[in-house]
Amino acid sequence: MRAGVWTRFTRHPLAVFGFATVAILCLAALFAPFIAPHDPLLLDTSRRFVAPLARDGFLLGTDELGRDTLSRLLYGGRISLTVGLVAMFTTVITGATIGLLAGYLGGLIDTLLMRFVDTMLCFPQIFLLLVIAAFVPPSLISIALIIGLTSWMEVSRIVRAEILHLKEQDFVLAARALGASRWRIMFQELLPNIAAPLLVAATLRVASAVLAESYISYLGYGVQPPLASWGNMLTNAQGYFDTVPWLAILPGAMITLTVMGFNFLGDGLRDALDPRLRMDN
Amino acid sequence: MSTDAVLRVRNLSVGFRIPGGSMQAVDAISFDLRHGETLGLVGESGSGKTLTSLALLRLLESPPAEFSADHVTFEGRDLQSLPEAEMADLRGARLSMIFQEPMTSLNPLMSIGRQIDEPLVRHLGLNHRAARHRTLELLARVGIPRPEAAAQSYPHQLSGGMRQRVMIAIALACRPAVLIADEPTTALDVTIQAQILELLRELQDELGTAILLITHDLAVIAEAAHRVAVMYAGRIVETGPVAQLFRAPLHPYTEGLLRSIPRIARIREAELPEIPGVVPAPGTLPPGCAFAARCAFAAPKCIAERPTLAPTGTDREVACWNPRNG
Repeated sequence: MRAGVWTRFTRHPLAVFGFATVAILCLAALFAPFIAPHDPLLLDTSRRFVAPLARDGFLLGTDELGRDTLSRLLYGGRISLTVGLVAMFTTVITGATIGLLAGYLGGLIDTLLMRFVDTMLCFPQIFLLLVIAAFVPPSLISIALIIGLTSWMEVSRIVRAEILHLKEQDFVLAARALGASRWRIMFQELLPNIAAPLLVAATLRVASAVLAESYISYLGYGVQPPLASWGNMLTNAQGYFDTVPWLAILPGAMITLTVMGFNFLGDGLRDALDPRLRMDN
Repeated sequence: MSTDAVLRVRNLSVGFRIPGGSMQAVDAISFDLRHGETLGLVGESGSGKTLTSLALLRLLESPPAEFSADHVTFEGRDLQSLPEAEMADLRGARLSMIFQEPMTSLNPLMSIGRQIDEPLVRHLGLNHRAARHRTLELLARVGIPRPEAAAQSYPHQLSGGMRQRVMIAIALACRPAVLIADEPTTALDVTIQAQILELLRELQDELGTAILLITHDLAVIAEAAHRVAVMYAGRIVETGPVAQLFRAPLHPYTEGLLRSIPRIARIREAELPEIPGVVPAPGTLPPGCAFAARCAFAAPKCIAERPTLAPTGTDREVACWNPRNG
């Protein structure tokens, strides 16, 4: 069964491309201190706006303060990917718990939770992000949590729908007939059975969390300078966009690559884990 | 076999609220399940057999289901008034159930061993090592070859018959006083069916478990049950020891059922006799006997007044104004 999933996954060229992109980006961020040719925070005003590939020791050039762009991209990747992953975990944990409770317990609890989801969905995420970000002192973790706590609604709907279908299955009744408590049924019997859709949702959430971090950093509420994130590198670059466009293009490209990579990965996983293909009994 | 009842059910009813009223799916049924016996509950699809078993374990969602009974006494306690937590402690421990579909009644993502460990840990308080030891014994006891390997495997790796053996191992893990077996062999082919029934009988002798065997198949009843209760349209119409009931049915419905079993005989009968008409839909039951419209012996009283289940002869009961063979 496991081999089947991997085979189906590799048959999907975009999924493999997504997986490779994500793997390279994560490894690069993880080993940034070893790969980065310069200190990302080191100012050198004598070498401002060095062009990429200028054979000046700065592979991707320098920014308006003479900091090495490649090093900043690598360190920025650590921040952006960390925010993305922490936000994804927050989203998945919150969304799965709420979806599980609503779907399994039903009745009034379901109604209340789902109306709360509807309410949250009424506001565009960017509004919620900015309103909360205005009150909470920005830090890596607070940004990740804010992003996570404003984007779990979709996950909770997915989980609820899966649970509504799963809880009618015979094995749930059989577990109840053995005296299993509702908590045990929810978290030990049902949760593992929705791992596939949850995994797919999780990868897609990483992509949107990276994007959300760049919005709020771009708007100045996110990761604060001099710390680099791809989003605040874009912010810095906007003043020079007409003269030194690569300063904007490079972090923009990283964001695009990450989002694309995770989306392709998620799509590939969705196809590979499709229960209609997996069911061999 | 002692004659005192381990499970005593009096006037159990299960209904559903439907638009414009309520629908009675199980209509005031009463029966006793005695220590160590197998009571067959037989009836056609929709006669309320499964609802009865789910109601006994209090596994029906209420609402939409509504159930009531004068009393449902199990080992001296009334199951109706038991708090849910105590009821959950009984389920799988003293009062177990196996289901019709061995294909879907096991969690597809949990190993067989863990699924048998669960009730042992939950109800007997064994630690995981002791539970696994007992699990392997149980797997061997229900006739699964290479128990160690089987414990590591997942449901989709086993055949239907093997899965039903696993279900039996789970249900009997805590040596329950009562096992409710809801169509335990319906999804299996005939040779496996005979093996499973034989296994249930052996385990019953070992553990002294009373079995409520729910089925639509009279052949299964003949093979496995000591006594039988025949259900029709949510009511029990006749009870009695299997041999006597098969030899001389009292209720015209039972008689019709028995006559409609095909037999291998040298002289071919022109046509297999059938019971004319169809079962009345729940919610449209007549005031009198539910079978009256299809009964060749119906008298005006049958249509006007409902017969109650009354003792007749030795250890037999029938709900009929004009019993056959009586």
